[in-house]
Amino acid sequence: MNWKHYFTTSVGRKLVMGFTGLFLVLFLLVHCYVNSMIFISRNAFNAAADFMGTTVAIRIMEIGLFAGIILHIIQGLMLARMNKAKRSVGYATNATNTKQVPWYSRSMTLLGTLVMLFLIMHISHFWIPSRITHDLNATKLPNGVETHDLFQKMLDVFQSPLVVILYLLGVASLAFHLFHGFFSACQTMGFTSHKYKNFLKGFGIVFTVIVCLLFAAMPISMYMGWVA
Amino acid sequence: MEHYSMNLTLKVWKQKNTQSKGHFETFQVKNISSEMSFLEMFDVLNEQLIAEGKEPIAFDHDCREGICGMCSMYINGRAHGPWHHTTTCQLHMREYKDGDTIVVEPWRANAFPVIKDLVVDRQAFDRIIQAGGYISANTGNAVDANSIPIEKHKADEAFAAAACIGCGACVAACPNASAMLFLSAKASHLSLLPQGDPERKIRAVNMVEQMDKEGFGSCSNIGLCEASCPKGISLENIARLNREYLGAVFGEGGDNA
Repeated sequence: MNWKHYFTTSVGRKLVMGFTGLFLVLFLLVHCYVNSMIFISRNAFNAAADFMGTTVAIRIMEIGLFAGIILHIIQGLMLARMNKAKRSVGYATNATNTKQVPWYSRSMTLLGTLVMLFLIMHISHFWIPSRITHDLNATKLPNGVETHDLFQKMLDVFQSPLVVILYLLGVASLAFHLFHGFFSACQTMGFTSHKYKNFLKGFGIVFTVIVCLLFAAMPISMYMGWVA
Repeated sequence: MEHYSMNLTLKVWKQKNTQSKGHFETFQVKNISSEMSFLEMFDVLNEQLIAEGKEPIAFDHDCREGICGMCSMYINGRAHGPWHHTTTCQLHMREYKDGDTIVVEPWRANAFPVIKDLVVDRQAFDRIIQAGGYISANTGNAVDANSIPIEKHKADEAFAAAACIGCGACVAACPNASAMLFLSAKASHLSLLPQGDPERKIRAVNMVEQMDKEGFGSCSNIGLCEASCPKGISLENIARLNREYLGAVFGEGGDNA
């Protein structure tokens, strides 16, 4: 077996999903931490955003991040399609045990697609104007460095209640995707032995709740004018 | 519980052979005792069909005591019916009331083609076992018991994994028609023990490869397999199998070339 073969068996493809998924979870942690600076001050957030946008190592990791997202999406859609093809004649009746198996575990493709649609909107709101088109207002940080006023951009974007609602739906999709995804990735990597199973399950849920509540608080506080 | 009789409507999948297209047929059965097993109810129906000069319904069964893994009915949307940790043959009619309608389908997965009516071909499982579900050791004389010390918890886990009867309910219940619960149980009960340990990586790789060849799907860790397994095989076996596979990818010993 060669490397390509190892990662194209059914377990190998799931390993790709698990690796990229956990990598994206790490990114979420960083993203959430940086964005939470809005709750401290406009300058703190703009300085953090400036650091993320101007540090070479981080810009290189950004390429890895996009590669990870694309790989996760493509592999996920391929797996969904392949798995669907394994049962040509479906069941006439279905009485899934919803107590033992929550709905979101069976809806990862749908939730992932919703997150992807959200990401397209999200990237076009913030990443493209700040990194590609550079059409954001300039602001001066206390140390004299001139940078984009991303904070102002957030305030502008989140004036629309429709955008706020779409963001909340995006975060909700992400939350349910992670409720299953975090544990599932750990299971695929084989971390979930008897000793660690319950810890990882609980950790995934607590992590998801904290990160997603913080993310949800951002558009809401911008819209309500709680931060300025 | 008080004994009672019931009349039932059955909607059963009828399919002439693998090539033909199947359909549901409705049957009425009368005076079914609440003490009967689900398969005995089918026996009554088949006797009735034979008496009427019709073809009986083909279904798999052997031991009828929940250990052989032959019975394989998908009853009202659940593999082996509504009872937890129960095979179809151990499901009893006291679950149902007079006038109930019960829908019975075969396991549905491309890797398990329907042979006739409710009988599916599960030889794909045999070929997965042949790909690695064994240890390569000369048998010779039986060694003394306890000559190789085995930790209690490992012995227990191996025993729990060995409880898999290979019925295929995990595949039937899985939205992806994945055989990972079966495969991982068959790999685990060997790799947990000293005799099976040396081949654990190559076993994982070979069995996964064969599973893919047979046309089973991949595992999304949904857990419907565990929920419908009549023997309570745990998802932890899948994690163990994945661990072994990962060990084969990055470590030594997973290559058969």
